[in-house]
Amino acid sequence: MEKRRVLIVEDSPTMRQLLVFALRRLKNVEIVEAQDGMDGLRKVSSDHFDLALIDINMPVMDGLKLISLMREEDSLKQIPVVVITTEGAQEDRERALKLGANEYLTKPIQANRVLSVARDLLKLD
Amino acid sequence: MSDERSKLLTQGEEVLNILKRGADFTKELLQENEKLRLQLVGLEDTQQLAARNPEDWEKLRVELLGRIQNLEEENRTFRERLLEVEGENRRFADRYLEIEEENNNLANLYVASYQLHSTLDLDEVVKVVLEIVINLIGAETFALYMLEREDTLQPVAAEGVQREQLPHCTVGEGRLGRAVLATETTCWDPADSEDFNEPIVVIPLQIQKRPIGAIALFKLLQQKEGFTALDHELFNVLGGHAATAIFAARLYSQSERKLNTIQGFLDLLAE
Repeated sequence: MEKRRVLIVEDSPTMRQLLVFALRRLKNVEIVEAQDGMDGLRKVSSDHFDLALIDINMPVMDGLKLISLMREEDSLKQIPVVVITTEGAQEDRERALKLGANEYLTKPIQANRVLSVARDLLKLD
Repeated sequence: MSDERSKLLTQGEEVLNILKRGADFTKELLQENEKLRLQLVGLEDTQQLAARNPEDWEKLRVELLGRIQNLEEENRTFRERLLEVEGENRRFADRYLEIEEENNNLANLYVASYQLHSTLDLDEVVKVVLEIVINLIGAETFALYMLEREDTLQPVAAEGVQREQLPHCTVGEGRLGRAVLATETTCWDPADSEDFNEPIVVIPLQIQKRPIGAIALFKLLQQKEGFTALDHELFNVLGGHAATAIFAARLYSQSERKLNTIQGFLDLLAE
């Protein structure tokens, strides 16, 4: 089975480590980390990814900007995006989903929920 | 001419042999048929006798009822076993979920302590403390206080509020001061607190029961409904590990400064 590649775009090393810990439980999944939106855009543009987990509040370029850029680019618009954020308000959720996010998860995250969403979007059994 | 005759005779004999074999086969068939007919008659007789004899019927009925009872018993045993297996499966599934949750909790605790001890830079340690409180606990407004002089708690970092807005506090006074004096994490009703003198949680930072500061939570994230068992574990990790990490980083920066001073003197002497 071909390896699936997941990009984590998150400025907090603590959150990145926690997400890596959770996603490592999925078989045949390779994880790449990016520390802000710009770093994420660089990585997602230069390589193939099957899923992106993106934080909203980040320095340099925020998550919403990154999602809108990804959705404008033909080669990136198909990549499923999961937003992981502290913003729990309904309008924040709606804004992210309208921009093209596939899922919206709020912090503090539940590893099981992240795994289940990743499994669905990566179409893993 | 005689050849043709003998040929005809041979063919005639062959025909006769075939006919004879056919006759023998027919005879065998008739005998077999007779045997089967006799068996059928015997069976009919037995059946008629059984029908006439109520004892045989009763015996047969008892035998059949016994077998039905055995089969029902077997069925019941299988059903009970099935229920047992289903119960066992449910227990395993529940246990699996518990282990998964435990695993996730341990991952959170591991990440928190790993990050706290990943640096000796004081600013970095403070940043990690803030990250843990936001991302793992889910607090929106909170502050990190450090013990300055003997008994004054001073805010050194805050999230969701300007540090300057926060009051200083004396150990032993108010919610914050009393919790620090008691060196025990204390939680109040997790409804948001508008009063910065009344935090909803105080996590004293301590090394060997000696307080060095505290984390005070004032407001949780909108989606956070209350505290879980994991939150209380994280409070413990922060109380111990954040304290040692901050203490170690402070010592390290002090020793760095001293080392630079001594090095400066040595350089002067060498000139």
